[in-house]
Amino acid sequence: MTAHDRTIPSLGQRDPVLRIQEVDKTFNGGVVALRRLSLTVNQGDFISLLGPSGCGKSTALRLIAGLMRPTLGRILWEGGQGSDDLGVVFQEPTLMPWATVAQNVWLPFRLRGKSFNSVKDKIMEALALVGLEKFAGSYPRELSGGMKMRVSIARALVTNPRLILMDEPFAALDEITRQKLNDDLLSLKARTGATVIFVTHSVFESVFLSDRILVMAARPGRIIKEIQVDAPYPRGIEWRTSAEYARIARETSDTLHSTLEPGEAH
Amino acid sequence: MSITENTDVVVANETGAGPLFDAEEERYARAQKIEAVARWVVPMVVLSLTIWLWDRVVVWNEIPHYVLPGPGLVLSTLFEDRVTLFQSLLVTLQITFMALTVAILGGVGLAVLFTQSKFAEMSFSPFAVILQVTPIVSIAPLIFIYVESRLVGLLLCAWIVAFFPILANTTLGLKSADHNLRDLMNIYKATRWQRLRFLQLPSALPYFLGGLRIAGGLALIGAVVAEYVAGTGGIGSGLAFRILEAGYRLNIPRMFAALLLIALTGVVIFATTSLISHLALRKWHESAVKRE
Repeated sequence: MTAHDRTIPSLGQRDPVLRIQEVDKTFNGGVVALRRLSLTVNQGDFISLLGPSGCGKSTALRLIAGLMRPTLGRILWEGGQGSDDLGVVFQEPTLMPWATVAQNVWLPFRLRGKSFNSVKDKIMEALALVGLEKFAGSYPRELSGGMKMRVSIARALVTNPRLILMDEPFAALDEITRQKLNDDLLSLKARTGATVIFVTHSVFESVFLSDRILVMAARPGRIIKEIQVDAPYPRGIEWRTSAEYARIARETSDTLHSTLEPGEAH
Repeated sequence: MSITENTDVVVANETGAGPLFDAEEERYARAQKIEAVARWVVPMVVLSLTIWLWDRVVVWNEIPHYVLPGPGLVLSTLFEDRVTLFQSLLVTLQITFMALTVAILGGVGLAVLFTQSKFAEMSFSPFAVILQVTPIVSIAPLIFIYVESRLVGLLLCAWIVAFFPILANTTLGLKSADHNLRDLMNIYKATRWQRLRFLQLPSALPYFLGGLRIAGGLALIGAVVAEYVAGTGGIGSGLAFRILEAGYRLNIPRMFAALLLIALTGVVIFATTSLISHLALRKWHESAVKRE
């Protein structure tokens, strides 16, 4: 199955990919990072975890990625497999500077023992999806910040994983690049049908991108509200300027601010 | 810069006849060009002047050649004694390169072992440090008592001096792999070997090459010092032995000639390791990448 074959079922009839049940995470020293986190991720979902710093959104992502174990509760993958079918995009591009763009995108396959030539078509397809097929032989240092991020996204997509985790991937980019990458991410999602969990602290980004926004609060980290965004994909400038967008952004923003203690900086 | 100058430049650009940059840029470009030439010319001139001055000091003061030979005499001695001296050079080079090779294998091997096993590091790193901080001249006599073969003894001394920078640098490099890339390796369930091969070894390469540049020179120093301590002559003696021998015979020009060969060897080793480092890193590492 190539990346393009997946169809996206509408909300409601989607199959679950991942169930997080009553997960607590307490760090050594007793800091409660997450309390009673429950979440079902369905095939084709675009979920944003939105919250202030310290609300445990990155911790939630690391738990899902299998980089940490929950203190309490369970993370269940549908079909019984573990978290070995994931794509991840970090806040930094996290590319290997000694390897070319194509070699970087090859990494997930390479770790599964696949030779470059056997997956070359998939690598070039992923690079074409992010518009970088001409830069396959370039080194990361020759690329701009936005382009490096695209390579990182191509690497996450290339194996057509069940779930893609994105940890504030565009936070370090300038506003113009960021909007462009938001648009591109949605067209990628439309074409590949990828399931995405997207961590952000930007209200507007979460409303623009996702169909489910999970607003989180800090101390202890927890989900306080789920906001559905029913606007159909593909979304573009019309969605960004619509009254519905503004209304949901307002609702999301109000929810977010209700969690902050008086005088606390956002 | 005055206003009139500015207008001049604008006019020149508009007609398309004048230079494409303003006076300041032109000055900068000229300074760059001069610097590029000076980088080679200045050291050559200073070096030549020093040698000339050396020659003059010897001639003017009528210094006898058994106290300080002039540069001409050193060169002619180098030519006359070329068979003996180059044979000795080959011996010293052989020891240096064998020691460096073993230092690379041992240093990298131990560094990999240290990063794979905490217990290995805890057990062996004290020995590595003790070997490093103890002066080689004080260990060498013992080595030559216990080790039968002269060659093995010399190798051992040169190796002890050369291996530590490679071990220390490579260990640091293996440990300084990007933490997000390490997470990525965990997420993709990379094996220990894959992590080493695809992440840690490439991350350590610039550090290793930095260590190699130091170790190359140290291996030569180790080889020379060990030979001083080993002392005894016979067939297959290196440059250090020639220096000692010439010293006993008050053949000072030959001492200088042997010294010159050692210095040149050191320079060549440094240039070679620097070139290797540059070639290996020029595509991606900040230290070797050309910037505009």
